Amino acid sequence: MIAGASIAAPSRWQEAVIDRVADQTPRVVSVFLRAPLARHEAGQHIDVKLTAPDGYSAQRSYSIASAPESSSIELAIERLDEGEVSPYFHEVAQPGDTIEVRGPIGGHFVWRTKDGGPVLLIAGGSGVAPLMAMVRHRTLAASSAEMLLAYSSRSWNDVIYRDELLDLAARDPGFRLVLTTTREARHRPDDLDRRLDAAALREIADRWGKTPRSVYVCGSTGFVEAVTIGLVANGMAPALIRTERFGSSA
Amino acid sequence: MSTRGFFGRRPSAQAAQRLPPGQYQTEDFPVLSMGPTPRVDLATWKFTLSEGPKPLARWTWDEFEALPRTTWRGDIHCVTKWSKFDTVWEGVTLDDLFDAAGVTPPTDFLLAESYDGYDTNVPVADVIGGKGMIATRYDGAPVPAEHGGPARLLVPHLYFWKSAKWVKGIKFTPRDEAGFWELRGYHMYGDPWREQRYTNDP
Repeated sequence: MIAGASIAAPSRWQEAVIDRVADQTPRVVSVFLRAPLARHEAGQHIDVKLTAPDGYSAQRSYSIASAPESSSIELAIERLDEGEVSPYFHEVAQPGDTIEVRGPIGGHFVWRTKDGGPVLLIAGGSGVAPLMAMVRHRTLAASSAEMLLAYSSRSWNDVIYRDELLDLAARDPGFRLVLTTTREARHRPDDLDRRLDAAALREIADRWGKTPRSVYVCGSTGFVEAVTIGLVANGMAPALIRTERFGSSA
Repeated sequence: MSTRGFFGRRPSAQAAQRLPPGQYQTEDFPVLSMGPTPRVDLATWKFTLSEGPKPLARWTWDEFEALPRTTWRGDIHCVTKWSKFDTVWEGVTLDDLFDAAGVTPPTDFLLAESYDGYDTNVPVADVIGGKGMIATRYDGAPVPAEHGGPARLLVPHLYFWKSAKWVKGIKFTPRDEAGFWELRGYHMYGDPWREQRYTNDP
């Protein structure tokens, strides 16, 4: 369990400037930040702190969706209606505004090109963010690792990074994309429209025909539990599976 | 530095007093772990107290369940920022466990070791004097697997990653040896009231 032991301490709180806020889906915005943080590894997260005029502050953790090679830090933030921090990013944040961040954080849910492949990535909803960093890192670092992203969303319009992922899958034979939608029919013939249970995961693995060296699963607690139970039922060694779960990040 | 346009949603004065810096209160019980939830069979479950490689005492599930039991009610704080109030746990305090084994802690530090390969370091002083237990019940029922059942360490005055899930034993160590997250950017001690989240936080 010493792999990954060379993780640097996260930075102290640093000022970050918001460069851009872009709609991704009806419920998700991408927030692009410039901050003097050390280069992150694909899969890591940062802490964000917002401070009210009277000094009250709120902190949350968000996975980094951008590749380590990228000059800005991208966060994909889902709007939680009862939330305290996510509505700020959806309704208030504008280019030039500043927030505080520290990081990068986390030394386990990380994929490095030297880890190689094949790599199986499984995302539920906005859990795609840290996996997107891995997908982009693989491309920008010109890694030859085979990679498959199985990505579950409610609907076609809820698929974050849809165009980028479809484009990459079309031009890079080493990258395979399987979308599944749980509340509407599939849009592409080879996609799925059901939950990622053991049978669905088996079908995806069989069609891919690769034996993953590592598996990364990110999504809600219920999603990660269901997927990992399915993977283990299909014979996957638990030690190959790394998970990241978000309960409430309001 | 204030954030333009952010006003926040403050907790009640009462809740604010119970929240360590940077934490917010949650009503649900989020799950965080490094991998799949291990399914541990009670028929083969064992709990081992050891000094380095040397076993000092070992219990089966039935033996463990026969040890004196204590209930603890209070607040827990996760390094990912959520805190949950008034949780109720039942289990065996480390004081009672060491007594039952006839063991006086031989060193000042320990590693709690789990069935999934996870481990985490805690000073012995932080688990004795009623400060720590091996919990087997949560909220009146067996601890659910995703929350660390059959048994998890409970050291609620430290960030909750120290309360190792699926615990299979405690190993006394001569030095304060970093565990899983402590090797990956997280603090060696993890006091939420001093906000010791990450490596080298004061």
